[in-house]
Amino acid sequence: MNKMEITVKLEKDNSKKKVSFKGKTVKELLSQLSLNSEVVLVTRNNEILTEEEILKPKDKIEILSVVSGG
Amino acid sequence: MRCSQCQNKSIIELQHGSVCQHHFLSYYEEKVFKTLKKYQMIAPEDKICVACSGGKDSQTVLHLTKKYLQEQRLNNEIFALAIDEGIKSYRSKTLKDLKLFCKQEKVKLIVVSSKEEFGYTLDQAIKRIKKKGLTNKPCHLCGVWRRYLINKYARKNKATKLITGHNLDDEAQAVVMNIFKDNASFSAHLGPISGIKEHAQFVQRVKPLYFCTEKEDKLYSLIKNFPVSFIECPYAEEGYRAKVRDMLNQFESQYHGTKQGVINSFLHVLPLIKEKELNDNDKPLRSCSKCGEPANQEVCQACKIMEMLR
Repeated sequence: MNKMEITVKLEKDNSKKKVSFKGKTVKELLSQLSLNSEVVLVTRNNEILTEEEILKPKDKIEILSVVSGG
Repeated sequence: MRCSQCQNKSIIELQHGSVCQHHFLSYYEEKVFKTLKKYQMIAPEDKICVACSGGKDSQTVLHLTKKYLQEQRLNNEIFALAIDEGIKSYRSKTLKDLKLFCKQEKVKLIVVSSKEEFGYTLDQAIKRIKKKGLTNKPCHLCGVWRRYLINKYARKNKATKLITGHNLDDEAQAVVMNIFKDNASFSAHLGPISGIKEHAQFVQRVKPLYFCTEKEDKLYSLIKNFPVSFIECPYAEEGYRAKVRDMLNQFESQYHGTKQGVINSFLHVLPLIKEKELNDNDKPLRSCSKCGEPANQEVCQACKIMEMLR
């Protein structure tokens, strides 16, 4: 399977990293990053994505944390 | 994926199907309004205090309570109450968000400081506890102080109803923790309307977000563009609750509806738990012999902490 590079910003630790992604969907990205979909929301250009959304090369993804920091 | 109701692009998959932004907002607001109505959380004569931290849940519950009052043409007085525990580089940021939000919502905000009430910020109290070689956890102190101050200042400002932003995840975690720790009697105090005994100085607490998941709350506050910064409390620890939270979310991702199942089952037995607790412990709630606030024992938890800090 072809890999694509996408940029992932994580709200939880305010970090940004480039990910060499092996799958197609948001669900597969979360799985690759070992994140439970119950505790995150995923956006692209401020648009909320479902788990079935297909990702494209060079996408800039933000992963928001559902669990509060308190 | 398309919305099951209108075929627009969906943003979340709920138990009854995928929905778009428009249908999520109506589903979510309807759920909160139904909870307010079903449990008769607000009476026309109530003065309402909304306990606010500045996070997504409290901003959402404040916004929707206000919207509910407007839609029902109710003229209840409403104000927000926040506790400044004195946690450096944390609470000041969430309070900044809250001040902005209350200004947008045109709701009066009252901020009560732990330092002014108890003579210590939480940071100072924790330092003192460590110096004394005690092992009390920051979250325990913070929780006792917050509950004490919220009730006291809601009452002082003549509130007759106290609204909190507790959600389905919070409640499911508490129910499971109480079972795991053999504290089933603690669960008698849970439910959409908290408490089992009345006390003249105790303001009744209600939870309009009781049936909303934490993920739904986050999504709602995100769509509404509420000013919520993500910032972690320096004392937040991955303790027992976090483990139960992760376990429930792990189950939820494999078996959708797990958390809702916990709550539905709990609500079936809650009347029995409350009845048992009342029978087992038929003494009325007392007033603390030191400060006069409601207490389960002769001296309340907040005064016990003060004794410990001396």
